[in-house]
Amino acid sequence: MNSSQINKIKNLGFKSFAIVCTFLGLVVLAVLLYVVFSQGLSRIDWDFITSLPSRRASSAGIYTALFGMVWILVLTVIIAFPIGMAAGIYLQEYGKKNWFTNFIEVNIANLAGVPSIIYGILGLELFGRVLGLGNSILTGALTLSLLILPIIIVSTREAIKAVPKSLREASYGLGATKWQTISNVVLPSAFGGIMTGLILAISRAIGETAPLIVIGALVYVPFVPEGPMDEFTVLTIQIFNWVTRPQAGFVTNAAAAIIILLMFTFMMNGIAVLIRSRYNKKTKF
Amino acid sequence: MYKLEARSVNLYYGEKHALKNISMAIEANTVTAFIGPSGCGKSTFLRCFNRMNDLIDNVKITGDILIDGRNVYKSKIDVDEHRKKIGMVFQKPNPFPKNIYENVAYGLRIKGVNNKAVLDEAVERSLKQAALWEEVKDDLKKSALSLSGGQQQRLCIARAMAVEPSVILMDEPASALDPISTSKIEDLIYELKSKYTIVIVTHNMQQAARISDKTAFFYLGELIEYNQTATMFTNPSKEQTQNYITGRFG
Repeated sequence: MNSSQINKIKNLGFKSFAIVCTFLGLVVLAVLLYVVFSQGLSRIDWDFITSLPSRRASSAGIYTALFGMVWILVLTVIIAFPIGMAAGIYLQEYGKKNWFTNFIEVNIANLAGVPSIIYGILGLELFGRVLGLGNSILTGALTLSLLILPIIIVSTREAIKAVPKSLREASYGLGATKWQTISNVVLPSAFGGIMTGLILAISRAIGETAPLIVIGALVYVPFVPEGPMDEFTVLTIQIFNWVTRPQAGFVTNAAAAIIILLMFTFMMNGIAVLIRSRYNKKTKF
Repeated sequence: MYKLEARSVNLYYGEKHALKNISMAIEANTVTAFIGPSGCGKSTFLRCFNRMNDLIDNVKITGDILIDGRNVYKSKIDVDEHRKKIGMVFQKPNPFPKNIYENVAYGLRIKGVNNKAVLDEAVERSLKQAALWEEVKDDLKKSALSLSGGQQQRLCIARAMAVEPSVILMDEPASALDPISTSKIEDLIYELKSKYTIVIVTHNMQQAARISDKTAFFYLGELIEYNQTATMFTNPSKEQTQNYITGRFG
């Protein structure tokens, strides 16, 4: 065998390895989906979605958990999006390069790596106890906001960074102020990227369980929350609760709830992809 | 009084001394071409006139730049207001990802003009001046990014003229365009001379010879020679100029 044949074998070897790696992830996802769907799909009906929780598996539903999740998500977006976007704009556009902004940058990167349960403990103490918000939706939303802020800040910065310098120069050259340039040129051009980041951050928030358990989200909430100060539960906690029950019926319920949760996440990711592709078409520089 | 005047301008990028003691005066309603090899400082010098170098960190400028006798590097001057009086056209066409109408109206909108009649009039006038009106008048709402490169560059010229500046700075405006678009831009520059004072950076010496009244040759951050274009190209007084325009280096 000469060296060219050996190189060809090496090439083929690596290619096969890469393909196997790619499919490994897909196979795991497929197995997961299969197991969950085969167990839970038949359980999903309108009653399941609109029923309150119950001690009997067959009549229990996810109504309160679904509403709790929507409440939490809407509040989280209202709190985290403006703050995260403004922080991203500041760091990218206004912040001078010095030790202070470097310090902030490093710490935002660090925050993104803090385990979510730590945020839960922080939220419990700061929002729940010190600010006296208790185990309310507001506490949950504030805690999740802290959790996804770094993601929003980083994605806002990346989106702003991707706006070509030539567009800023065109705006400044016409006598626009910094804010006029940012609001008329930079943000509209970066909008798709910022929204994509936001939606991915929401997907992250949907999947979080640990911090909400720590701040005291209830497992059994027999009513639909009506305001931000109400107690709440969310889908992930409902699932967690059901899988810990011994009765087989609850396991089926959990599978069904997982399907709903997955649908939510897939939908969010789908919207993110859609926005990105639409925006890419609109603003090709 | 000169339209534009530079007095002993020095510019430093950090440690690098990019412009060395440049003095030059430009008369109103003329076209002045800046030529020289890449990195000689001609674009940097051009950007001194509308203080675009302010956008770059670590730049230090000494000396005076005067426009209509007013020093633009005086601390109390309002940079944004100053830039409104000076149009700029860049090397690569850089229309905003908005429609054609909004691109031209941008400069007026940021001044706070929102009267539709005023905007309509300004958009039409500017596009006509930039010789683009006939090509786009029926689809002003079309995205500016759908235009060809040459059209985009004329749109950028229209955008610069909409705010009625008295000076237009052009940084290699035709370098990214095909020969036909280039000749359209050149014709345009020639026509615009009656209303504006134009300073153009170019790598194309034939272009400088065709369109400019005066030419300045820069080399390694210094202004080597500045004279009537006809004289520069037929009888340059410095050997470096002679070598550059005959293509011996650069």
